[in-house]
Amino acid sequence: METVTTHRASGPPASPHDEPILEEQFDDLEQQHEASSVGMWVFLATEVMFFGGLIAAYTVYRATSPREFALASQHLNVGLGCLNTVILLGSSLSMALAVRAAQLQRRRNLLWCLAITAALGICFLGVKAVEYYQEYREHLIPGLNFQIPAQVVAKSTRLPLDPRRFEMFFVLYFFMTGLHAFHLIVGIALVSVMALLTWRRWLSGSGETQIEVTGLYWHFVDVVWVFLYPLLYLIDVQS
Amino acid sequence: MSGHVVPVRTNIAIFVALLILLFATVGAAYLPLESLHLPLALTIAAAKAVLIGLFFMHLYYRHHLTWIVSVASLLWLGILLALTLSDYLSRGWLDIPGK
Repeated sequence: METVTTHRASGPPASPHDEPILEEQFDDLEQQHEASSVGMWVFLATEVMFFGGLIAAYTVYRATSPREFALASQHLNVGLGCLNTVILLGSSLSMALAVRAAQLQRRRNLLWCLAITAALGICFLGVKAVEYYQEYREHLIPGLNFQIPAQVVAKSTRLPLDPRRFEMFFVLYFFMTGLHAFHLIVGIALVSVMALLTWRRWLSGSGETQIEVTGLYWHFVDVVWVFLYPLLYLIDVQS
Repeated sequence: MSGHVVPVRTNIAIFVALLILLFATVGAAYLPLESLHLPLALTIAAAKAVLIGLFFMHLYYRHHLTWIVSVASLLWLGILLALTLSDYLSRGWLDIPGK
C-alpha cells in the first residue's frame, strides 16, 4: 500500500494512517467516496424491495379485512411502540453525529457517538423483547400458542369476524417487526465493528467513508420503523 | 473532503422535528378522523422519512445519481403495490360464473 498515491484531507494534520487511501481504479478521492455511497444506496433500494414484499402482503390483507386488522392492532402496546420510536430516532441522531465526527476526524467523539448508537439499538431490542413476551403471555404468537382473545370472540357474536384474518395480522406483525429487528441486530454488529476498527485506528481517512455508509444503513432501518409503527400499532386506538 | 459536514444544530433541529411528527402521529390516531387516519399517518411517516433521508442520510447535499437511486426504490415499491392492489381490489367487480 505504500506505493499508492495518498491525498491529505482538509483539516488538522493527521498521523500517516489517518490519511485516506486512493485505490487505483478511481480518479480521485471524491469519486471513490461517491462510489461507496451510491453502492450503499443501491443496496438500500434492494432492501426496500425486501421489506416491500411484506408491505404488499400487509396492504392486501388490510384492504380486504380492515375490521379484523383494526381489532387485532388494539392488542399491541402503543406506549412501548412509541418509546421504541423515540429510542430509534435518538439513535439516528447519534449516528448522524458520528458521521460528522468522522468527517471532522474527531476520534474520541466518533467513538462515543458509535457507542451511544449501538447502546440505543440494544435498548430498542430490549423493549421489543418485552413486547414479544407480553404477546406470548396473551397467546398472540401464531404457530406457537395462538388463541383469539375472549373479548374479541364476545364482540364477534354480533358481527361475523374471520379468525384466520385476525391471526394473519399477527403473522405479518411478527414477520415485519422480526425482519426489522434482524436488520437492527446487523446494524448493531456493524456499528460495533466500526467502533472497534476506529479504536484500533485500522481505518484510513478516519473511516469517513465507512462510517458514512454504515450510517446510511442505520438510518434506513430507522425509516422502516417510522412506517411500521403507524401501520401496525395505530390502526384503531380509540375503541 | 467529499462529504458535506452537517452542523450539529441542523442535526438536533431535525431530531426535534422528528419527535414532534411522532407525537403528531400518535395524537392524530386518537382523534375521530374515521377514514382519514391511514392517509394522515402515512403522510406524517413520509414526512419523517423525507427529513431523515435529506439530512441524516445527506441526500440534500448529494450528487443527483444518489437521488435517482433513492427515488427509483420507491418507484419499484409503487409498481408492486399498484399492480397487486389493482388485482385484489377489482376481483368482485364482475360476476363471473364459477369463480
